[in-house]
Amino acid sequence: MSEPTPLVKIRGLKIEGRTDETWIQIVNGVDLDLNTGEVLGLIGESGAGKSTIGLAAMGFTRDGCRISGGTVEFDGVDLVQADAATKRALLGKRIAYVAQSAAASFNPAHRIIRQHTEAPTQHRVMSSGESEQDAIELYGKLRLPNPGEIGFRYPHQVSGGQLQRAMTAMAMSCRPDLIIFDEPTTALDVTTQIEVLAAIRDIVEQFDTAAIYITHDLAVVAQMADKIKVLLRGDQVEEADTRTMLSNPQEEYTKSLWAVRSFQRQEKMPATAGTVPVISMRAVDASYGKLQVLYDVSFDIHEGRTVAVVGESGSGKSTAARCITGLLPPTSGEVCFNGEPLPADYRKRSTEQLRQAQMIYQMADTALNPRKSIAEIIGRPVEFYLGLKGREKRRRVEQLLEQIEMDPAVYFDRIPSELSGGQKQRIGIARALAAEPKFIICDEVTSALDQLVAEGILKLLANLQDTLGLSYMFITHDLATVRSIADEVVVMKEGRVIEAGPKTEMFTPPHHSYTELLLSSVPEMDPDWLDTLLESRGIENLGEAAMAAAG
Amino acid sequence: MIICRVSAGMGLECRSDISNAVVVISVLLIVLKRLGLGLLTLFVVSLLIFASVNMLPGDFAQAILGQGATPEAVAAIREDLGLNKPAVTRYIDWLSGILVGDFGVSFAQANFAVYAGDAAAQGGIGSVADQLLPRFRNTLFLASVSAAIAVPLSLALGVLAAMFANTAFDRAVNIATLSSISSPEFFVAYMLILFLAVLNPVFPSLSNIYDEMSFAERLNRSMLPALTLTLVVTAHMMRMTRAAIINLMASPYIEMARLKGIGPLRVIVTHALPNALAPIINVIALNLAYLITGVVVVEVVFVYPGIGQLFVDSVKVRDIPVVQACCLIFASAYILLNLTADILSILSNPRLRHPK
Amino acid sequence: MSTLLSMTLSILVILAGGWLVQFAGRRIPWPRDGLREYFRDMPYLVGCGFALAALCLFWSYRFYFVQDVKFFQWAVQGLIIFTVAGFGFRWLGRRVGTSGSRKLFRQMPVTAAFGILIILLYVIAAVFADLFAPYGQAEIFDKINVLPGGDVELGGDPRFILGTDQLGRDLLTRLIYGAQNTVGIAFVTTCLAFLIGASCGFLAATLGGWFDQIASRVVDALMAIPQLIFALLLMTIATSWAGSNKVLIMVYMVVIIAVLDSTRVYRLARAVGQNIVVMDYIEAAKLRGENLTYLVFREILPNATSPLLAEFGLRFCFVFLTIAALSFLGIGIQPPLADWGTMVRDLSQFINFAAFSPLTATLPLLAAGAIALLTVAVNFVVDWMLHKTSGLKE
Repeated sequence: MSEPTPLVKIRGLKIEGRTDETWIQIVNGVDLDLNTGEVLGLIGESGAGKSTIGLAAMGFTRDGCRISGGTVEFDGVDLVQADAATKRALLGKRIAYVAQSAAASFNPAHRIIRQHTEAPTQHRVMSSGESEQDAIELYGKLRLPNPGEIGFRYPHQVSGGQLQRAMTAMAMSCRPDLIIFDEPTTALDVTTQIEVLAAIRDIVEQFDTAAIYITHDLAVVAQMADKIKVLLRGDQVEEADTRTMLSNPQEEYTKSLWAVRSFQRQEKMPATAGTVPVISMRAVDASYGKLQVLYDVSFDIHEGRTVAVVGESGSGKSTAARCITGLLPPTSGEVCFNGEPLPADYRKRSTEQLRQAQMIYQMADTALNPRKSIAEIIGRPVEFYLGLKGREKRRRVEQLLEQIEMDPAVYFDRIPSELSGGQKQRIGIARALAAEPKFIICDEVTSALDQLVAEGILKLLANLQDTLGLSYMFITHDLATVRSIADEVVVMKEGRVIEAGPKTEMFTPPHHSYTELLLSSVPEMDPDWLDTLLESRGIENLGEAAMAAAG
Repeated sequence: MIICRVSAGMGLECRSDISNAVVVISVLLIVLKRLGLGLLTLFVVSLLIFASVNMLPGDFAQAILGQGATPEAVAAIREDLGLNKPAVTRYIDWLSGILVGDFGVSFAQANFAVYAGDAAAQGGIGSVADQLLPRFRNTLFLASVSAAIAVPLSLALGVLAAMFANTAFDRAVNIATLSSISSPEFFVAYMLILFLAVLNPVFPSLSNIYDEMSFAERLNRSMLPALTLTLVVTAHMMRMTRAAIINLMASPYIEMARLKGIGPLRVIVTHALPNALAPIINVIALNLAYLITGVVVVEVVFVYPGIGQLFVDSVKVRDIPVVQACCLIFASAYILLNLTADILSILSNPRLRHPK
Repeated sequence: MSTLLSMTLSILVILAGGWLVQFAGRRIPWPRDGLREYFRDMPYLVGCGFALAALCLFWSYRFYFVQDVKFFQWAVQGLIIFTVAGFGFRWLGRRVGTSGSRKLFRQMPVTAAFGILIILLYVIAAVFADLFAPYGQAEIFDKINVLPGGDVELGGDPRFILGTDQLGRDLLTRLIYGAQNTVGIAFVTTCLAFLIGASCGFLAATLGGWFDQIASRVVDALMAIPQLIFALLLMTIATSWAGSNKVLIMVYMVVIIAVLDSTRVYRLARAVGQNIVVMDYIEAAKLRGENLTYLVFREILPNATSPLLAEFGLRFCFVFLTIAALSFLGIGIQPPLADWGTMVRDLSQFINFAAFSPLTATLPLLAAGAIALLTVAVNFVVDWMLHKTSGLKE
């Protein structure tokens, strides 16, 4: 049996990026083979160079990057050496690209279908009329609603999940041999994600197109790819076909990636009836101006327990947190702390009341003042609430740094920009702890982090809860996180609480239909998961249709 | 929302009908709102100008006749000019006068007429409007000539600099424009005079223009002031165009277009340009507005008989009605330009033209 | 007509030259791969750029050596001196000073180094004007209108290198004192504008509500009238108030320009402040119960310094040019104080002597050039600062 010549053959690819007038290597010699009709999953954490490699496979580098070595052969043509015209003739026609943010990647000034027909007409594959007919057909295949009409809208008139599918259709417009998918579903909610995943997989199979699928989500890549390549900081770690890779990873790093989702803490006994909850929201309504965003929201958070508030974007989970902190005074209802109602506006609360409820933010970058040292950031609440000064303050800050597992001797005088994302998030935790609160709101604290780092943060939070008896309100859209840390779960949708209860109860059927939809939409590591799900739900009952049925 | 649930064919039709009507109305509303805002600004500005002028110590009559005037003379002038009325009445008189093109009476003319003792021979006391009108025409001519050179030149240079960003060409243009922006107008003006009028007499250094001149002659005489303005404005405009285009070229949809294999020219023409319209309109309006300010100094340097020179002369002799009128004209032009830019960029925004 | 002809001719030369460069570039067997690729992918427009550069060099050569244009020679010499000075200063900065300053100089483009050098020279001239200037700024000598050069046979006087003005004051002295007066007054005005604008802007961003509304509407109204025009109008009134008191006129001028200019500072400070106020760390501080003073001075201000510093440079240029323009129009800085704007106006007629006495013609240009040089220098530094801060964001 002779080896077929691969469609894409990358050898020793090296890419450099410019920082401060010097070139630093960000991809250190990557090899890659891709045969016709094959789908390769590229996975890695942020900074692994996935997208850079994906673009280099098209012979393209972003500004501030350059290919410094190696070859990228597409169908025998070396794209690194090829001149601009040769590359242009291939791009769009034989190699297509699907970007992460469809909303930003469609030109706001033109109708969707005009952008669709541009590549076929420019490459003289089809006439504009033929291409338009073809677009409508493709939209139908990708199960877009109103395929005959949707293309004649402008991008801002179409929802994110639909745009992402329209972009996949656009990539298909010349029937390319290779498509690069660059994190196409990262920005979408889980229920929408399924729909897009199913559509992409269908169309790639149908036209026998080769694809490179770039993502950081293992479960997603397990559904999409025939083989997987793992990257770490510009180095290739290992490559194998999907099932082997999932069941039998060879390298330590891959194993640690695979193990991430296994962290699960012991669930606590339910709170005894009659104890006063630390925080309770009672029939809270809230609105931004005239737009009401919370309807009759009630839930309790007991001492030493974690309540996860789950919902998709726009479900009102962050708004509920703003009501508790007093940033958004409720229009009716009240928020109680230890049974006593809190003033609605944070400006009317006493320092003691403010101290008891602290907050940790999603974006550690914007949560820490970039001009202050770590000592100042953590020291300020120590001084402000507890009145410690001088040596005592310093000792307390050092103690807090030890609690978050960071060496005081190293980090005491650093500024936030010198820290990694995970470390910044730890400083955010230390700042909250410095107030010695009873209750902490964690607003999507792990969603901006890589999975390994996120797991470290979750473990730290669990430990702190055990030693300090803290209560957490844990806002998240990620059910894996809920599974690992929560004691109780509150499911929200469109400003209402849909379902609430202990975790084990929530994760065992029967569910409320929306909870069911959310749960079943979270991709799992099993490569057959998507097929099983499609079979059980039916191809028509995805995304918006399913939402309508569940709502 | 409701319309979407209607069956497909029906839904399509009523959707487009309704949305078209809604679009027209909503855009019209926004435009009307901006127009109203512009009028309001104009009103506030006129109030501001009137109020500042009324902060003068003593009053106009005193200012005309100077310190040594007899009380009777002051009272007479006061009566004559209606200065003994309350401020609100005077403001309303002034404003309603302006609306019908009557800017009041020039002090300098009045002064002269009173001293010469033959107001009748002068054709009554000289009105501000008579003084303003021909000069306003001249200034408009100068501004249009400079705009006609500056706008295409700077847009072309800006696009070129953006296309070849970070090359030697870009750096050279950057340094040149930065220097030209930084130089005071009179420095640029005297440099041009030195090279183009004194050393190589190509254009005249004095721009004495009068009505009977032919167009070509006029153009020749106003070339140096126009070039000065062009140099100053082009630099600004070019830098802003470059920044707008570079900003645009970094957006993901441009990258997408390039990844579709679209040629560089087409990327710029069909993908960048429609989105660059709003910023470019703003750049042009902002700089035409800047021309208005620049015109004052340039007209003085070249003794160009425009409204700017009149303004400066009137400021020196404290001819309040003329100062007031010039100020209002400058401000109106400024507001009008900004308003036009505002409305044009609203109209060029696809999100507003095709709402959800 | 000849101008038109030569212009058309040059354009034709450039267009043909572009093609020639492109054609030749592809034919020549370049020794390096990079060069070969460069010429292979070179667009036609770049070829035209090369042709244009060649044409410019050719004309420069003709002006300098063949036609012997004095002013052009001086300009080229000045450019060379400035460039060398810029490089030299940067070289020095990279070797002398603390490690921080040395790092700063390493990243600096030569334009910014040149800018800093010039600003330093101006500051020195302004502060030590009394030491450098040969005479007092208001001192009047018996010889009026002495020509520059110091050559007695050509109407000069070795005591007055740059000659004297129509009242018999030494021009070199007045040029040096001009640094003190013009730059000093502009600096004070800018500081005042910043004090007013930045404090109101930050308050508006932090407080929001009615304060923000009122302040912003007032600023809108003030900005609806072109600045120079409004300044001229207010100056008319101010001169009436001040009467013959010249110091008072200048005080009014400083206040008027500062207030008018503070509107721009207000807008920037408010925008920058608003960007910072939405940050989570501000929310955290608010929820901690911090008061307004702490929020503005400890949390917001430290993060706004670099845009504000850049804006300070730009505003200074603007104020400086406005004051120069007012002085040039005769209603700015008042005699007997020496000032560049007024000098330009007083000496402007000498420009007509350029053909037979080039040195005399430079007098007004010297004063105007002094203004231009400083603003160019400040702008170079600001440009670099803006570039640096925007680069950091990426």
